[in-house]
Amino acid sequence: MRTPMRRVRGLGTARSGTIHFWHQRVTSVAGIPLTIGLLLIITALLGRSHAAVVQILGSPIVAIIMLLFIINTAYHMWIGMQEIILDYVHEEGWKLLSLMANTFFVFAVSLASVYAILKLSFGV
Amino acid sequence: MAELEAGTTTERQRVRPLSPHLQIYRPMLTMTMSIVHRITGAALYFGMLLLAWWLIAAAAGPNAYANVEWFMGSLIGQLVLFGYTWALLHHMLGGIRHLIWDTIHGFEPAERELLTLATLIGSIALTLILWVVGYLVMGGPR
Repeated sequence: MRTPMRRVRGLGTARSGTIHFWHQRVTSVAGIPLTIGLLLIITALLGRSHAAVVQILGSPIVAIIMLLFIINTAYHMWIGMQEIILDYVHEEGWKLLSLMANTFFVFAVSLASVYAILKLSFGV
Repeated sequence: MAELEAGTTTERQRVRPLSPHLQIYRPMLTMTMSIVHRITGAALYFGMLLLAWWLIAAAAGPNAYANVEWFMGSLIGQLVLFGYTWALLHHMLGGIRHLIWDTIHGFEPAERELLTLATLIGSIALTLILWVVGYLVMGGPR
């Protein structure tokens, strides 16, 4: 028998409830200053030589802003793409596969970016 | 709740009215911008590959970085970056609009139209300003 509690525990199509709704708001608020920071950094780097770009991207404040932007954006875009998938992909197999692909993509892209910034920061 | 109610079979099989889907509504600005918010979000998702490529190339060395610079400087690269700038700013301003709506403000017909129009005009204006500044920075002493 299915009871209302079963529905509550079912926690929606992603089985994770409404916490992502809230986390999407938190990451969107954090994303505002971080996006402005990213745009300022990129504008300041336009046309500079590789050596200058390496030096600036590896400097503490810039690197920290970049890292925060990437980590915050990774979570925000993971939730967002999951929401899109759940809206349009209804077949269970495809749904699981695309949800998995979403996670793989976000981890790969964001960890690669984080690695690059750390390498620039510590200059190995 | 339907599963809990011990209704008769006929009651369960009753055809219930369905909500009409998107195509039945007259297109409105708020609706269009809601769709655009999702499209720009999806575009930015894949656009993160560009940011990753740029950072990895910078970390990899001058040769890899020269490739990125060549692509970003090409006509296609510039178009992609211009679109990416607009998508980012539009998604950010649209997000701010949604955050305002989350506080249950700005829902009157005139208010929501104004907010929506402001995000569109704001994103286009900011993109143009940023690119003009960008070209001025590029042209300046380095």
